[in-house]
Amino acid sequence: MHILEFEKPIAELEGKIEELRHLADGGDVNIADEVGRLQAKVDKLMRATYGKLTPWQKTQVARHPDRPHALDYIGALFEDFTPLAGDRCFGEDKAIIGGLGRFRGHSVMVLGQEKGRDTESRLKHNFGMAKPEGYRKARRLMEMADHFQVPVITLVDTAGAYPGVDAEERGQAEAIARSIETCLDVRVPLVSVVIGEGGSGGAIALAAANSILMLEHSIYSVISPEGCASILWRSGENAQDAAEALKLTAQDLLKLGIIDEVVPEPLGGAHRNPDLTMRTLATAIDGALTAMGGVEGGVLRARRREKFLDMGRAGLG
Amino acid sequence: MNWLTNYVRPKIQALVRPREVPDNLWHKCPGCGHMIFHRDLEKALNVCQHCGHHMRLGVKKRLEMLFDDGRYTRIELPKSSDDPLKFKDQKRYTDRLKDTRAKTGEHDAIVVAHGRMGGLGVVVAAFNFEFQGGSMGVAVGEGIVAAAELAVLQDAPLLIIPASGGARMQEGILSLMQMARTTVAVDKVKEKRLPYVVLLTDPTTGGVSASFAMLGDIQVAEPGAVIGFAGARVIENTIREKLPEGFQKAEYLLEKGMVDMVVPRKDLRTTLIRIFGLLRNKAPAGDLLLLPVDGAASPEDAVRM
Ligand SMILES: [Zn+2]
Repeated sequence: MHILEFEKPIAELEGKIEELRHLADGGDVNIADEVGRLQAKVDKLMRATYGKLTPWQKTQVARHPDRPHALDYIGALFEDFTPLAGDRCFGEDKAIIGGLGRFRGHSVMVLGQEKGRDTESRLKHNFGMAKPEGYRKARRLMEMADHFQVPVITLVDTAGAYPGVDAEERGQAEAIARSIETCLDVRVPLVSVVIGEGGSGGAIALAAANSILMLEHSIYSVISPEGCASILWRSGENAQDAAEALKLTAQDLLKLGIIDEVVPEPLGGAHRNPDLTMRTLATAIDGALTAMGGVEGGVLRARRREKFLDMGRAGLG
Repeated sequence: MNWLTNYVRPKIQALVRPREVPDNLWHKCPGCGHMIFHRDLEKALNVCQHCGHHMRLGVKKRLEMLFDDGRYTRIELPKSSDDPLKFKDQKRYTDRLKDTRAKTGEHDAIVVAHGRMGGLGVVVAAFNFEFQGGSMGVAVGEGIVAAAELAVLQDAPLLIIPASGGARMQEGILSLMQMARTTVAVDKVKEKRLPYVVLLTDPTTGGVSASFAMLGDIQVAEPGAVIGFAGARVIENTIREKLPEGFQKAEYLLEKGMVDMVVPRKDLRTTLIRIFGLLRNKAPAGDLLLLPVDGAASPEDAVRM
């Protein structure tokens, strides 16, 4: 497992435990005691570290290479998942996975930003950075969900929309704008979950939702801490300061009234216990959908629009 | 060092150097390098008479140029929270705001006004690039919402004129949320079947371009305006290649099918009046009614075609 800088003291202790276990093959009681003692120390250290992660540390956890990605959640949370491809204009963009599936027995439309895990899959998914065709596919599938009256669930995890010549010439700005517009227009429940990194316009394109959830150690921001630091501090080295100032953690965003719920992660982050993370998230999504159950589509749409129309009005923030 | 450098040269320099010209009297055209006298530039609405380069136009001049007789009424915008995140980089955001307000005499980066264009009532929301690069935070969002609501109230078309680098970073997530907020706002105008027209000026990028600014019924752009999502430098750093000639310029967007037309500044007013008239199926006042029809011998021929 990839070890983050601030996890090194924990990893060292875990290494020692591993060594001792190796030695203890003969069933030495003294060594077993020592292992128990060290394990308690690891737990304590882990709780202390993860209980008060700084915004910059959370940024590292949100981008952790072993963190579960959209495809992992899709595989675990939805039955009969049926991927649907293409924007019907230009092409298929695998930075955004979309399709129909069943969540606790009910049909849903799922959209998830997938970063990929190894070199090959990262290239395939363009590191989770969608191009216009990705946003246009998202729009098409949201409209389909609206047509068939099935809820939409989006999983947000992107550094941002792809900055490239091809993306620009095909209208990246317009594609994002239309995707936001469609999020705000559908007459079905729309639940968004920030599972890792919610990067700017590329994220809100799928997240103008009725209910916005964030995993405990995910982040959501108008700009990356590095980008912000290089502009406002004129040095990428101030990324930690920028992460603090931007208020990009799930906890800060809940306080600001931007999101609705923080979904707890297992001790040490989602990647240390993906199964538990999946189960907790499933319960949270179920809760959000249940709360909207039976509410007429027009009302859901109106509520969503009113919520965003009020973002920043006096009283908020 | 000899006596010449110390004593004589400064004096000689003082003698030969031309009389200092106040630098606001002459402007160098970024397009062709010509020096243009400020009065001529003003008369030409900041367009170079040598090469046609469109320089940025201040928001007040812009409004004067668009409305009938240059007359319009500004509306006061509801106050919004100034510093929702208590943001501080090397400087406090509240201090930056104070400085910009003192320098520009404006409260934030947007001006909302209403008046007549070709006799027809129009609501205009125009960005002020001088104010922190026209960046969009809560106050700008407030301006767009107010403009949209006023257009609906007055049963008038809405014209938005962005000139913005994108989101106001110091307002963090709240500036990002303005993308969704302004999208709902302009949709209210569209739902009433009132024309929503965007006049894209230099620059329109980032969170501004990726929301209300790309959602107009008709998209008009000024010549040479930079319009796009990602900044050119970010793209260059990503792909590590030189960008194509004219990339992200208004003419490039026209060619790629992203805007309806690129219109020189001097023709903007008449073009916009014509568009509003056509969309509302109303004839504009006076001489704007008759337009030459290409290749048609008479109006009857045009109809037959
Ligand atoms: Zn020139």
